[in-house]
Amino acid sequence: MKDFAALYARIDESTKTTVKVAALAEYFRSAPDDDKLWTVALFSGRRPKRTITATRLREWAAERGGIQLWLFEESYGIVGDLAETISLILPDATGGEDKPLTFWIAEIKRLSALDDDARKVGILNAWDSLPGPQRYLFTKLLTGSFRVGVSRKLMTRALALATNGDEANLTHRLMGNWTPDTTTWADLIETTDPSTDLSRPYPFYLAYGLEDLAALGPATQWSAEWKWDGIRGQFILRSGEHHLWSRGEELMTDRFPEFAQLRDFLPDGTVIDGEVLAFRDEVPLTFNALQSRIGRKTVPKKLLIDAPVILMAYDLLEDAGTDIRALPFADRRARLTLIVADAPDAAPLRLSPSVSFDDWHTLAAERDSARDRHAEGVMLKRLDSPYLSGRKKGDWWKWKVDPLTIDAVMIYAQQGSGRRANLFTDYTFAVWDGEDLVPFTKAYSGLTDVEFRQITAWVRKNTLQKFGPVRQVTPEHVFELGFEGIQASPRHKSGVALRFPRMLRWRHDKPLKEANTLADLKEMLATYG
Amino acid sequence: MADVLTFTDSGIYCPAGAFYIDPWRPVDRALITHGHADHSRWGMNRYLATEAAAPVIRHRLGEITLDTIRYGERRQIGDATVSFHPAGHVPGSAQIRVEVAGEVWVASGDYKTVADGLSEPFEPVRCHAFITECTFGLPVFKWLEEATLTAQINAWWAANAAEGRTSIIGAYALGKAQRLLTCVDPSIGPILTHGAVENTNAVLRAQGVRLPDTIRVTPDTKAALHPGALVVATPSALGTSWARRFGPASTAFASGWMALRGVRRRRAADRGFVVSDHADWNGLNTAIKETGATKIFATHGYSAAFQRWLAEEGYDAHIVSTEYTGETGDDAEDTTLATDTTTT
Repeated sequence: MKDFAALYARIDESTKTTVKVAALAEYFRSAPDDDKLWTVALFSGRRPKRTITATRLREWAAERGGIQLWLFEESYGIVGDLAETISLILPDATGGEDKPLTFWIAEIKRLSALDDDARKVGILNAWDSLPGPQRYLFTKLLTGSFRVGVSRKLMTRALALATNGDEANLTHRLMGNWTPDTTTWADLIETTDPSTDLSRPYPFYLAYGLEDLAALGPATQWSAEWKWDGIRGQFILRSGEHHLWSRGEELMTDRFPEFAQLRDFLPDGTVIDGEVLAFRDEVPLTFNALQSRIGRKTVPKKLLIDAPVILMAYDLLEDAGTDIRALPFADRRARLTLIVADAPDAAPLRLSPSVSFDDWHTLAAERDSARDRHAEGVMLKRLDSPYLSGRKKGDWWKWKVDPLTIDAVMIYAQQGSGRRANLFTDYTFAVWDGEDLVPFTKAYSGLTDVEFRQITAWVRKNTLQKFGPVRQVTPEHVFELGFEGIQASPRHKSGVALRFPRMLRWRHDKPLKEANTLADLKEMLATYG
Repeated sequence: MADVLTFTDSGIYCPAGAFYIDPWRPVDRALITHGHADHSRWGMNRYLATEAAAPVIRHRLGEITLDTIRYGERRQIGDATVSFHPAGHVPGSAQIRVEVAGEVWVASGDYKTVADGLSEPFEPVRCHAFITECTFGLPVFKWLEEATLTAQINAWWAANAAEGRTSIIGAYALGKAQRLLTCVDPSIGPILTHGAVENTNAVLRAQGVRLPDTIRVTPDTKAALHPGALVVATPSALGTSWARRFGPASTAFASGWMALRGVRRRRAADRGFVVSDHADWNGLNTAIKETGATKIFATHGYSAAFQRWLAEEGYDAHIVSTEYTGETGDDAEDTTLATDTTTT
């Protein structure tokens, strides 16, 4: 695993994409096929599941490191990563013959089938024989938490470089539910036609946030529709079988059994890009309703009634079995319109309506009404654009409405993990209720590294009480928080739950007493909830 | 028997000798372990430090009344006998041994137990009570062998030089910068230094510390005239316009915190070398054991965890709150270095 560890180190150490791509391409040119296949799998998020509990691993590592479990936990709190803590705490490795990545993954599978005592022996042996960086990676794989600082897009670019392949074609090949156990390097990358796998989705086209409206040119070249707040999904119907993929390339077919009926209403060889929305009486329900469906592998009947879903269709990628992604958007949309129109109203399928506008000014006014329509803003699509793969600038833009905002007081702070270990980055915010501060949300993002460092130093000096990793701090700093929506929530002390809360800015100018109140929040709930 | 040293709002105090060790508020008489800003502060009437530490302290604090002492030399102050012993932290750094009526306490300041080829090597001092830092007082901190570390840094520099990039490394102006200068292989290329580093170099060279030849970076410095150079800068200079003048460059930080991947990544440098002038977990434990002390006071660092660990190991261990910062991964490091930069 030495060469894989070296690859990981080069990627991890560098902040430059050119260096990362070069390192990967070099690896893809030289590593054995099985290792390359596993590397592609790992780098595209196909990591083996954790089969050994973190509790056991902690105990065994602490024992081998000659320390009590509490000291392990203290260290873990600082390091912020279990596998890293384990690999640092263990005594130096005794070394041994270098074995390939595929060997160690097989070893992890072998161990997971054994009883606890046998697993312990196997894992301790692995820890003893693997030097630091390899031990870290082995443990990352063991805990099912392997991640790497390189996007799938860059990995595919490196793969294209190393194999003289076409990037778009490779992107398509890597989609779907293959694992290194079900395919080979040759099948995945070199030989088989990607379209032979009937469940294989097309790469999603992702939009950037709009930067400059003026740069888009004449409004007549664009189409607009609402930006829905649901789950992006690709619905596939081929040879009578249907599949629903998430943007994260997870199969969601079983989670949304409603869509099975589309087999009766859509022509075979249809692939639709759209948004899965909880929907009733022709109106989208809140994201909270949809949330109750996410993460459930099976769906109880009650939930099907409480939170019925539809596919809000906005693009057609395959028509009568033919890949039509290269056609202009206007043509694809016209074909999609016909297909959706043929389906009965009872089918869980709608065409995402176009927002009509003559000029950008009109559209801006329409956009302001997005929240009333349970949408996040508008999507702009160039009429003559093909369906690209991945996040590309130019043809699709999302133009969100400005977030709702509130000024709140920071009352608790907690250290982040990973890149943010050692920094206080996770805060709990409160609003005034008379003389009391009532917590109502947490937020983690939106500040600069410099601001996080300043706050970290401040938190260390202004801690009132510690509750495990959480510090109660002197109420002093006011932040402007932005969020996309507000919901009544009996689970929260404040009675509200926010959608996508984040820090917009640190209000140095705002006196503590002038932060917003619970009454202000309730008013927002009444207006937007 | 009364305590030899007590812990006050102004610093560590010896009632028998009426002096303070590394005080953080103005006092009459201060014994200073070393020249870092959190241990050696303004405003004391009289200072006492080792001969080797004195020039840097004078350089940083300016006109002060400073008396010096040799390592191992015993001096009577009131009813206390004091002596200074190498702490291995930076050149001139000392542990201060205080003896009153046969009872011996040692305040170690900051220390490092492994020899680095620059600082006077750490010397264990037998005592009854030992005041220890614990900046890296968790078992995840274990430093590499000096030779491995040196090889890593030289390999990075040589690879950059071969590819036409400047190597810029961020390190404390006092101590770590000179330690890097001492360990790198000057045959790879020229060595350039940030003003704050070079000022400290000048002070140390004047007192006889041997350092390789270095070139001070000035506003007129042209990177093109120094191909394949290694630039030793303060950490706060990295990522600024000061650093951008060198064109294509690879950047690195040298710090004990670089042992943690999260911190390494946050600093957004190309490399993080695990270089510290503090003791690692094993170093702290070895040092404490070798003093023979039964009473231990843990100051700055992971003091709560370290105290509990020591108590479980059978020591009479206590936590003391001080205003020392040790080696900080983030904010305070830049603050301390801002002080360094203003002296240029």
